Amino acid sequence: MNEQLQLDFDKIIKTLKISEKEIQLKKSFLNKFIESGFPNRKQEDWKFLDISQIIKKNIGDLSFFNDYSLPNKIDPSIFVDGLEHNKIIFINGRIEKIDFSYEDQSQIEINDEIGKNIKFDYENSLIDLNNAFTNKVYKILIKKNYSLKKPLIIYHSTNNKIKSKNVNLSLNFELEENSCLRLIDYFSDNTDKNFVNILYNFNLKKYSILKNYKLDKFRNNNLKYSFNNIEQDDNSISETFILSAGSDYFKNEVNCNLNGEYSSAFINGVFSLKENQQHEIRSTINHLVENTKSYQLIKSVLGKNSKSAYQGKIFVNSKAQKTDGYQLSKAILLDETSEFNAKPELEIYADDVKCSHGSASGSLNENSIFYLMSRGLNYQQSKELLINGFLLDVVEKITDSEIRNLVKNIIGLKE
Amino acid sequence: MDTREKDIEKLKDYKYGFTTDIENIKAPKGLNKDVIKFISNIKKEPQWMLDFRLKAYERLKLLKEPNWQKPKYPKIDYQDLYYYSAPKSMKDKPKSLDELDPKLLETYKKLGIPLQEQARLNGIAVDAVFDSVSVATTFKGELTKHGIIFCSMSEAIQKHPELVKKYLGTVIPVTDHFFATLNSAVFTDGSFVYIPEGVKCPMELSTYFRINASETGQFERTLIIADKGSYVSYLEGCTAPMRDENQLHAANVELIVLDDAEIKYSTVQNWYPGDENGKGGIYNFVTKRGLCKGKNSKISWTQVETGSAITWKYPSCILKGDNSIGEFYSIAITNNYQKADTGTKMIHLGKNTKSKIISKGISAGFSDMTYRGLVDINSKAKNSSNYTQCDSLLMGNKCGAHTVPYIKNKNFDSNIAHEATTSKISEEQLHYCQQRGLNPEEAVGLIVNGFCKEVLQQLPMEFAVEAQKLVGISLEGSVG
Repeated sequence: MNEQLQLDFDKIIKTLKISEKEIQLKKSFLNKFIESGFPNRKQEDWKFLDISQIIKKNIGDLSFFNDYSLPNKIDPSIFVDGLEHNKIIFINGRIEKIDFSYEDQSQIEINDEIGKNIKFDYENSLIDLNNAFTNKVYKILIKKNYSLKKPLIIYHSTNNKIKSKNVNLSLNFELEENSCLRLIDYFSDNTDKNFVNILYNFNLKKYSILKNYKLDKFRNNNLKYSFNNIEQDDNSISETFILSAGSDYFKNEVNCNLNGEYSSAFINGVFSLKENQQHEIRSTINHLVENTKSYQLIKSVLGKNSKSAYQGKIFVNSKAQKTDGYQLSKAILLDETSEFNAKPELEIYADDVKCSHGSASGSLNENSIFYLMSRGLNYQQSKELLINGFLLDVVEKITDSEIRNLVKNIIGLKE
Repeated sequence: MDTREKDIEKLKDYKYGFTTDIENIKAPKGLNKDVIKFISNIKKEPQWMLDFRLKAYERLKLLKEPNWQKPKYPKIDYQDLYYYSAPKSMKDKPKSLDELDPKLLETYKKLGIPLQEQARLNGIAVDAVFDSVSVATTFKGELTKHGIIFCSMSEAIQKHPELVKKYLGTVIPVTDHFFATLNSAVFTDGSFVYIPEGVKCPMELSTYFRINASETGQFERTLIIADKGSYVSYLEGCTAPMRDENQLHAANVELIVLDDAEIKYSTVQNWYPGDENGKGGIYNFVTKRGLCKGKNSKISWTQVETGSAITWKYPSCILKGDNSIGEFYSIAITNNYQKADTGTKMIHLGKNTKSKIISKGISAGFSDMTYRGLVDINSKAKNSSNYTQCDSLLMGNKCGAHTVPYIKNKNFDSNIAHEATTSKISEEQLHYCQQRGLNPEEAVGLIVNGFCKEVLQQLPMEFAVEAQKLVGISLEGSVG
């Protein structure tokens, strides 16, 4: 694989117009990735679902080069109906269109910052891979006191031009004081056997609000990895909702640093998995100063041969007194072949805190099914009603009513 | 210093911190084949036992020390340790208690171990392990009447080789992790218990462990077998003298429970924790594992961990038999610079298996406490259930409390529920107690004992009283 990596990397470098210094930087990321390779189960964070094994099994030989010189055709049928929105369209690893036509253009700045890779302190070879191969790094800045009128939808799409490819996307958002962004990641794929690697960085200044909804609903055989890093200043709020249901493999990681007082983070997630799907959410919330708050709710419904994992960590610094941290994960196992893994972790160094977590897993309650059947529903209907009720609980946590309705429509939930 | 402070000062001191001047026989320093042969030879072990040790040693050479755990410790030089240390007067084993070295007896008296006549009053059969060698076992006659074997491991190897050969290493194989394998290679003594079919052991069995000599590691090995339909309650207590250096304690405990039998295993661990600056203390790296081999079998672990500089142990249950039950009750208290990484593993393999985990962690001073547990329900373990509750209490903002549970559910018929909370003693509770005339120390003691009640209740009477006191003493000086 290493030779392939080197070859593909050289090909990509030729197509990019970047300075020698930037090339060296990219090379250093490549070397770091070559050294560590894809993460495997020996690493604690990858214990439950081993991406290197899954890539080997589902894709086989992965290639890293994509020809970005030709534009892809945009298929308007994938667009979300009934909701006015701004668009970023991302097809086969190429950003085709950035459209903020509903907004005041002077309040949003978009720059290509390919030279400035997003850097983090922690070891994660997939971030290195992203930094080495991504062809554009856009920075989107929302100016002070501006709230986007319409949500921004990022369409993640692939078409049959690519197969067994690695595709990388890297975006950097900055929300200035008192600004607000609603961001939907909308996945629609018609291909299989590609590995999509997404890296977002959010920088939330005072009083800013970020709402990020990741909707992976449509069944496809791609593998996906998404990493969100969120830095939060005083009184900022971040809300992340993850619908994890479409891809063969999807791991969502959210790392949230609560750097400012009275900042809060919310992560809610739904796994609805069937045949051979393996999904994971890993969240780390770092409470670094006083009076911060976090809330997490993750629910899974697991069908035949599916597997979901939730690793949630609440870290409380010794300075972060008066922290309020909560974490709950629940799972319904529908088949004897389904599997649920959880690692809800607390790491606490301050004493005046309120932190708790809970985790429960089991099958559907036969008594509840019996109750519904005695009211005239058949077995299948009763089951569906119970599952819908179970999941609706998480969807109701979405604070934006427009988007909540959109999500309900997508999942097919009725109130 | 007023009298009250002095009292506290006295209490804070480690009660068991004396050393006894007894001449020791030691194996040469270091870990190699010759030392293992020396140990085996001095204990007059049969060839199969030596082979077992050497096999473990070969395996050990391939293993690396684990480093995933939270408490980090300076590298241990395994070549700079004595692997065998026995009181010299033990060379010719005494036939009765009267022949014991009086100094030894005095030591046990200081420890409060009822070796002699008072044993009868307390009704506890004791096997005491001093440094590495089992010193005396009381109440032999009474136990023999029931066909119960309760003796030191070395004696069992000589007198009951068929049982030892059959069961030793079946739960913790020689190919296990680093410290377990190290123990398999160099273990020196420990307790052996066999409860025959249908016998309910009429008294509590108890072992006291003590590390006396310096620069020694203690490696004891305990094997308890409960045959069909039997029951035994086993207690274990540990102390060590105060020393500046860190000492290693790496024990293996194996429990095997056959059909309808039950073992209740209680530990009050009070190894020397080091002084208030974190100097000295015992590294307590222990492997404890029980196998519910038969149907309807049950293992119940109860532990009160207050000592040791670093505690690192996970008493586990492998629930292999259908309808078997595993329980784990734990209190872990860390103060000053102590570190504890403890918890349990419940591995459900059989149908209708049930497990329950109650863990209470209290950290004060600069200490660090981690609960780390695994609940794994296998796809064949139909209709199994687990309930886990782990609560942590923090005192001050210099200490840490962590919870790292791993939950794996591969069976849709089974339920797992897990809860964890972290909090501190509220001002209102303290105020309420003080209003009623308790001083702050007493108030904290009362509240903490209440916090631990669910676990303390599980201990046998005699131990519960000691444990309750210990909880109080361990936290002295951590408030106010």
